[in-house]
Amino acid sequence: MSDYNFAYLDEQTKRMIRRAILKGLAIPGYQVPFASREMPMPYGWGTGGVQVSAAVMTPQDRFKVIDQGADDTTNAVSIRTFFERTAGVATTTKTSEASVIQTRHRIPEEPLSEGQILVYQVPIPEPLRFLEPRESETRKMHSLAEYGLMHVKLYEDISRHGHIATSYDYPVKVEGRYVMDPSPIPKFDNPKLGDMAAIQLFGAGREQRIYALPPYTQVVSLDFEDHPFEASKPDHPCAMCGAENSYLDEVITDDAGRRMFVCSDTDFCEARQVAGHTGTMNGKDAA
Amino acid sequence: MQAQTLSGGFADPAIASAAAFRQVMEAMARPGTIHRVTGAAPPAPLSPATGAVLLTLCDPDTPVHLAGALECDAVRAWVAFHTGAPVVGPSHCMFAVGAWTDLTPLSAYQVGSPQYPDRSATLIVQAGRLEQTGATLSGPGIKETHALSLPEIEAFQQNAGHFPLGLDFIFTNGDRVAALPRTTIVTQKGTV
Repeated sequence: MSDYNFAYLDEQTKRMIRRAILKGLAIPGYQVPFASREMPMPYGWGTGGVQVSAAVMTPQDRFKVIDQGADDTTNAVSIRTFFERTAGVATTTKTSEASVIQTRHRIPEEPLSEGQILVYQVPIPEPLRFLEPRESETRKMHSLAEYGLMHVKLYEDISRHGHIATSYDYPVKVEGRYVMDPSPIPKFDNPKLGDMAAIQLFGAGREQRIYALPPYTQVVSLDFEDHPFEASKPDHPCAMCGAENSYLDEVITDDAGRRMFVCSDTDFCEARQVAGHTGTMNGKDAA
Repeated sequence: MQAQTLSGGFADPAIASAAAFRQVMEAMARPGTIHRVTGAAPPAPLSPATGAVLLTLCDPDTPVHLAGALECDAVRAWVAFHTGAPVVGPSHCMFAVGAWTDLTPLSAYQVGSPQYPDRSATLIVQAGRLEQTGATLSGPGIKETHALSLPEIEAFQQNAGHFPLGLDFIFTNGDRVAALPRTTIVTQKGTV
């Protein structure tokens, strides 16, 4: 650990990121440019989230990393180990025990509390990017709050599929001003973005943007009066813990078309199983 | 005097600035809450909290404006030695430090541009008192309302009216900080 500065980054880099975080909190939903650094992992593996986590972390923190809700996937394991080595922080897989949680593509099922920080890894921070490739234009559109194009995109969903088919990366409007990309979380998680007790920070390493949501911020998923936003999930209970209200992954179990649905949040699912909840394919009663 | 210039920085810069930043970030994310920042011992009239905020956020990339009584050799030398930040006038600064009356008028500072509202100054106000009483605050970061002793109200209302442009404020007193981002709606107590 003594071979690195605390939390890997040098102090001047951390100050630059910290200033960007403060401006991000002061202008909720606005993407603050920052001078993203090369990290010892490839772009797309959470370099933005890692830099934000490094800038907010203190030695007293307890750090949790989830990748699609899971604590045990390659990305989560390697980032957790990275900070164990470079910052010497304690780590955990329990949502309630963590003070800093870095996440890829999920918000934990368990409600977060004040004093916790949720750091998102963001691939494409610009919600308008696939509609308008020029940064100069999207910046102008944000400055004029000109978001008609986004509604056209959602309308095209309706005209083609009969409903808004966007199921993740679902655009939101923050405090009635900035349209923001919530990172590719499922739209099931969108309602948790607003009025959250924890601080939410978003880091996009390759795209060099940081943005933030202070606690208790108003976040509204874009929709139409006749096609209201709906937080959808597979219509099944979890096969392992029986939860009816958690976001589920579909797992193919053989090549004969059998499948199961399990909670994507592994900590939530395990805690429920320990508490005695059980699903239809939990082994105990499958025999 | 030179000894005073060289001392007073963080004993362990990486750890102390991480701790101080977390407090400042909590303050900015939850406007009106008061947090403790310790570890800095700058020369008077800088308060320990102001010193810690400067050490945490300022470096050669951030022009700093020292207002009023802070425009003195002791402070200049301390800021230069510990942060390397260039000292400039109000119109070019990223951070301005001083008493409220020395920092006004607020029209002197950069409020950002419509395309880059983040390119705006942050004012570090050394407050005579810092209590959770007085003006009523609401907005992002605040569940219902918070209260904070502000030097005045109208200036902050005007600042919030420029959103998304505007200035952000960090108030310091002794070793305590509070913050007021541009999003916060400030009203006279009892008028909500």
